[in-house]
Amino acid sequence: MLFAVLCLAGLGVVFGIILGVAAKKFAVEVDPRVEELMKVMPGANCGACGLPGCGGFAEALVEGTVKPSACSPGGASLQEKIAAILGTEVSTYEERQVAQLLCQGGIGHSKMLFRYQGISDCRAALASFKGQKACDFGCVMQGSCSKACPFGAIQMGADGLPVVDYYLCTGCNKCVVECPQQILKLVGVSHLVNVRCVNTEKGKDAKGKCSVACIKCKICEKNCPEDAVHVIESGNGTVALIDYEKCTNCGICAAKCPTKSIDKIPPISEEVVLEVGETPAAGCPSCGICKAA
Amino acid sequence: MQEYLIIVVSAVLVSNIVLSQFLGICPFLGVSKKLSASLGMSGAVSFVLVLAGTITWTVQTYLLAPLGLGYLQTIAFILIIASLVQFVEMVLKKFSPPLYKALGIFLPLITTNCAVLGVAIINIQQEYTLGKVLVHSMSHAAGFTLALVLMSGIRERLEDADVPESMKGTPIALVTAALMSMAFLGFSGLI
Repeated sequence: MLFAVLCLAGLGVVFGIILGVAAKKFAVEVDPRVEELMKVMPGANCGACGLPGCGGFAEALVEGTVKPSACSPGGASLQEKIAAILGTEVSTYEERQVAQLLCQGGIGHSKMLFRYQGISDCRAALASFKGQKACDFGCVMQGSCSKACPFGAIQMGADGLPVVDYYLCTGCNKCVVECPQQILKLVGVSHLVNVRCVNTEKGKDAKGKCSVACIKCKICEKNCPEDAVHVIESGNGTVALIDYEKCTNCGICAAKCPTKSIDKIPPISEEVVLEVGETPAAGCPSCGICKAA
Repeated sequence: MQEYLIIVVSAVLVSNIVLSQFLGICPFLGVSKKLSASLGMSGAVSFVLVLAGTITWTVQTYLLAPLGLGYLQTIAFILIIASLVQFVEMVLKKFSPPLYKALGIFLPLITTNCAVLGVAIINIQQEYTLGKVLVHSMSHAAGFTLALVLMSGIRERLEDADVPESMKGTPIALVTAALMSMAFLGFSGLI
């Protein structure tokens, strides 16, 4: 009995000492800045930065592999705190981005080949004859983006297309990744004019499939005072595309476009708005999760 | 030589640690959703299994057996395995960060893996010599890897299969595991 106790205690002590020594000898120093950064994080672990939670973001910040502006809930105030901890300059605040759907071919606009009644998932719908629409480029209207949105910012509209609520959208990129047609794009809130068609087929073919398709007429190109919109080569054909660097939101192209495939949206506020007339409480990162829930 | 060959064949196929002895079921079901993750887990288990097998055999032969403390086997082995995993984790973190990151979360999980303890105890029960212990541990590690890789391959395909709603996820994985286990029964006449 005594032997057994001594033996086991001995083993325990030996292993304890070995582990203790090893812990000292093989200690890997953790950057103290990571812990400091963790204290100022919004703590929503929303994943908008594309890293696993606020912890992952803090580590990536110290490594310098991610920009402070990647945290959309944190906003400008967080960027200042991060800069103070890391001892870097506050980078120019990057404006908020929201998802824009580059397709307007809803029910009534786009020609349907058949009625899809399978699983309500865009990838599944695409697997059967490239979706129910004649156009192979546009939205397949099964709402995978809406399901992927963690903030409830995407609802499916009456015409079958997803509608992005720009006030709830945090620009987290989840829907962009989810969309199998790659027709959701993150665009800065100051850019109000978008070409909402990605069909690269010839004008006549595109028009035959959808009444709001880009027909490559180049009227936008000719009328733009800033030389910001061009019909460029894309895939196997061409399609109009706006250079956001040059665009001044004048909206002339949208007004002149014969198929209205270019549109201009009303201005979007820079900050996420909770409710009309409601100011966020102190410490609220305006992530929008509460409103979505 | 022939003895060693028999040990290898019996450990990998006939008495496969997962599919015939039903040890290490937890990682078998938990970490078999993706092939890459299952390879990581197999690597970590193999590593610890061989090390633990050798060390537990040494402790048993030179400490517990001479003192007549065979009944302390289980608790002593758990102690050894737990400390060993901790130690290995620290060393890896220091000297091989890429490997540490690759094994990552899997290493601490092995602390309580019954496959490791099981092999260590079988080693003693069979009264193997050190050489045989090494071969036996390695073979069981290979058997574990085989079972996990097969399972993850099947589960990756199951993702695309049209599985009834109520059978999705764990239920179909358990059915798969049962069928695989039955298939491995076919090896029982091999030796």
